[in-house]
Amino acid sequence: MEMTEPITWTCTGCALLCEDIQVHIKDNKVEKVEHACLKGKARVYGCKHTAISTVDQAEVDINSAISQAAEILEKAKNPLLYGWSNSTSEAQVAGIELAQTLGACIDSTSSFCQGITINEIMNGSIPSCTLEEVREKADVVIYWGADPMSSHPRHLSKYSYFPRGELRQRGYEEDRTAICIDVTQSRTAKICKAMFFSIPPGGDAEFMRALMDGLAGRVPKLSYDFDVKRILELAAVLKKAEFGVIFAGLGLVYSIKEEFDLILEFMSTLNRFSNFSLIPMAGHFNMRGFNHNLHEKTGFIHRVRFTKNGPVSGVEYSVVEQLKHGADAVLVVGSDPLASLPLSIARRLKDIPLILVDPCANLTTRVADVTIPCGASGIEVGGTAVRLDGKKMDISPIVQGDGLSDEMVVRRIMEEVS
Amino acid sequence: MAFAVALLSRTKQYTECPPLMEEDKYQDSRQKLKNILKPMEGAEETGLIIHEELCSGCGNCVVACPVNVANDPHGSGRGFGPTNEKVIFRVENGIVKAANIKECRRFGKDRILCRACIDPCPTEAIEFV
Ligand code: SF4
Ligand code: SF4
Ligand code: SF4
Repeated sequence: MEMTEPITWTCTGCALLCEDIQVHIKDNKVEKVEHACLKGKARVYGCKHTAISTVDQAEVDINSAISQAAEILEKAKNPLLYGWSNSTSEAQVAGIELAQTLGACIDSTSSFCQGITINEIMNGSIPSCTLEEVREKADVVIYWGADPMSSHPRHLSKYSYFPRGELRQRGYEEDRTAICIDVTQSRTAKICKAMFFSIPPGGDAEFMRALMDGLAGRVPKLSYDFDVKRILELAAVLKKAEFGVIFAGLGLVYSIKEEFDLILEFMSTLNRFSNFSLIPMAGHFNMRGFNHNLHEKTGFIHRVRFTKNGPVSGVEYSVVEQLKHGADAVLVVGSDPLASLPLSIARRLKDIPLILVDPCANLTTRVADVTIPCGASGIEVGGTAVRLDGKKMDISPIVQGDGLSDEMVVRRIMEEVS
Repeated sequence: MAFAVALLSRTKQYTECPPLMEEDKYQDSRQKLKNILKPMEGAEETGLIIHEELCSGCGNCVVACPVNVANDPHGSGRGFGPTNEKVIFRVENGIVKAANIKECRRFGKDRILCRACIDPCPTEAIEFV
């Protein structure tokens, strides 16, 4: 087979945004992908079924779909703009401007995900670091309620465990300790071997307190059965760390979200004895970008409503609360809420006008009142995105699409409503 | 005994034993040996088998293999995709591929029982038979 000259691409398969992918293109089609994991490869090859423009589930031309979307949003008293984690920052900024124009609520998938952690990092309450620092310096890494081997397959090989770094020249076995704290023996837990700490569901807060006791030299107490000696051994490992990192997964965030201050207390206790940073395991490729972009415009990272007196933020403006009672029209960009939101909440999407902007046909396109197809962000459309550690990354398109980008669709809607 | 050793080190095949192949009384043994050695069909000379259907393309083996690290210290050794052709493992279309297998530390005169690609694999996709 004749080889094509590869293009270096930043993978948008997850928020690790691997920037070393080589893509061979022939006749505007992907021929071969090198270095991307299976998840990244699936991303490069695009949707199984592409979306088509529809109004009331009947095929229309894209201009009619855009006009219908604009009309729905203009008529609504309380529109909600939601999704955004699978879009470039440029599309997200357009979405924020549209929300401002409409006086709408805007929220992203981070609302019930890592938003809370990212907020604390952005306001300086939790110390964080970059993935490059992890590779060059980290000697102790903790995957807490996180299974990157499944969610971000190259996490351990590219940054957190296997590579040789400036201060970690001798390879992972001698130079790094990987620890997993989780409720199931995940793929990541298997790699951590004896440093896997199996806790019961919802047991994270207690384990954290027990670890703080261990750090302070007190005998840890736990209501569930756990070998206290192992906690003391773990505390000793953490104390000795030169550059420690906690990768906080959704398992941890969900488990302690009602008492989230505990993470702050834990980090400051830990850092009295040692040197630890925390990085949230954002999933979708630009989840963190939305938080950064909205923060830049409004001072808030999610759950925002634009009022006459400016932007306000609160739990009442979250996607979950707005869908329960509030929103009377929804624009979804780059998300499949019917598949990803709890059924009790997603059900309400059938009762209110729903507009979907997405490259692919999904569960939500089957019920959407208006569907507007767009070019796939990070494949047909370039731009920028924010990696899970907060680093801004450039993303170049690899194939040429013939449709509008999500940013252009949002801007066209904006032209028609303003 | 010498033949058994040659068989295990893969310098000889069981089909090279004339009595086993020709004499009826060894028919059972022949079948048993065939079954035992079945997993070695398709294996590389070092005995490496990659179960592609299990591989997630995570690259752990790419970065952990000492040959990859020695032959591509600034690429695979640092966590990136390989930057030259001298490596054993690389990921293509989401699945690991092996080449230069003679470089493997399990091969040749000074062979050692290296497991640096087996242990980091989260799905047991790498096996040596
Ligand atoms: S780990 Fe994530 S960003 Fe990296 S290649 Fe896999 S899907 Fe793409
Ligand atoms: S056995 Fe060792 S040298 Fe051989 S391929 Fe695996 S990691 Fe590389
Ligand atoms: S470590 Fe296993 S799953 Fe990962 S790339 Fe290698 S063979 Fe595939």
